[in-house]
Amino acid sequence: MSQDHNQTPSPGRRALIAGGAAAALGVLLAPGIRLIEVGQANAAEGVAARAPGTTASSAVRWGMLIDATRCSSECDACVSACNREVGLSGGTAPTDSQWVRKIDLKDLRTGKQASAPMMCQHCANPPCVDVCPTGASFKRADGIVLVDRHACIGCRYCMMACPYKARSFVHEPLAEQTPEVPRGKGCVEGCTLCVHRVDAGRLPACVEACPTGAIVFGDLNDPDSLISQRIRSIPTTQVRADLGLDTGIRYHGI
Amino acid sequence: MTPTAFARLILAAVHLCAALAPAGVAHAGGRVPTPEVRIEAGTESCIAPPDEMRRNHMDMLRHQRDRTLREGERGARVSLNGCIACHASRATGSVAAGPKDFCETCHAYAAVKLDCFECHQAKSASRPMAAAAGAIR
Repeated sequence: MSQDHNQTPSPGRRALIAGGAAAALGVLLAPGIRLIEVGQANAAEGVAARAPGTTASSAVRWGMLIDATRCSSECDACVSACNREVGLSGGTAPTDSQWVRKIDLKDLRTGKQASAPMMCQHCANPPCVDVCPTGASFKRADGIVLVDRHACIGCRYCMMACPYKARSFVHEPLAEQTPEVPRGKGCVEGCTLCVHRVDAGRLPACVEACPTGAIVFGDLNDPDSLISQRIRSIPTTQVRADLGLDTGIRYHGI
Repeated sequence: MTPTAFARLILAAVHLCAALAPAGVAHAGGRVPTPEVRIEAGTESCIAPPDEMRRNHMDMLRHQRDRTLREGERGARVSLNGCIACHASRATGSVAAGPKDFCETCHAYAAVKLDCFECHQAKSASRPMAAAAGAIR
């Protein structure tokens, strides 16, 4: 995983991280911020619900910060919460839909291991939208990348274009969809950042389910939001930042 | 009687028959019985009068779906889940599970394929829509 272009960590800070100061990190992330506070604050922070009749605004950009240092490879609470929320079977066969995957990483040189959930990264410049021939794959004003199933013809170009393997195709007819998450055979689908919950002022299901508070959800455009404060004060990376997609999901500790 | 006048008379007769036809079917019973639409909702009235709903519900839903999905408008007057919350049948809990369910009744009569529910859930949500709308506000 490469370092974000936007960040120019000082040699001192890089040395601190690379130098195996993990114990120090666990205690103190940055001046004044302790890891335990991240989780507690996230649980307390709500998302403001939009009034009925108003539309999503480009003044907001929803995003997530995933703290891999708090994420255990045995835990899949976020994945099962997602499956429950959107009505996925939970199967991991190539033809099963998976909106969130847990991935384990290992730096072969140093042996450092990390685990983190991987899902649609809600890019500012999404390649899935570029390639979609019908305009079904689109980015909402507030940065959430979605599939309009009314227009999706199931060509799966977006699945090819996505560098994060974030989209799935529904191969079989479905019956027991949840009322707020329509899904159907012949369409491509992926993480919606729980758009139905966010619009109603609730946190995404995975954020709510995470037992260690490793996922912070919030508005990246608001300098006072918890997520903005965190990404200002701790080193975070975008996965494949070299592609210049400007992802809305950021990771710490991978 | 000139041929033109005769043609006019025939046309008038045809129009008269056409005008009477629906009433005739309703009274005498045509080959296809007119649907019996049961309204399962309580005392609340629909979002528009029945005539307007019959003619325009598909346009209402089509326009609103784009506003909801693409622009993120929530809590709108028109909503498919709102239809289902009121019109789901007491027997099946759905608007499209059986031939006597609300949507299916007319769509079968008009031979218009209903494909909303290949993706959308046709059963009413476990929690009432009024509560959900309250949560948004």
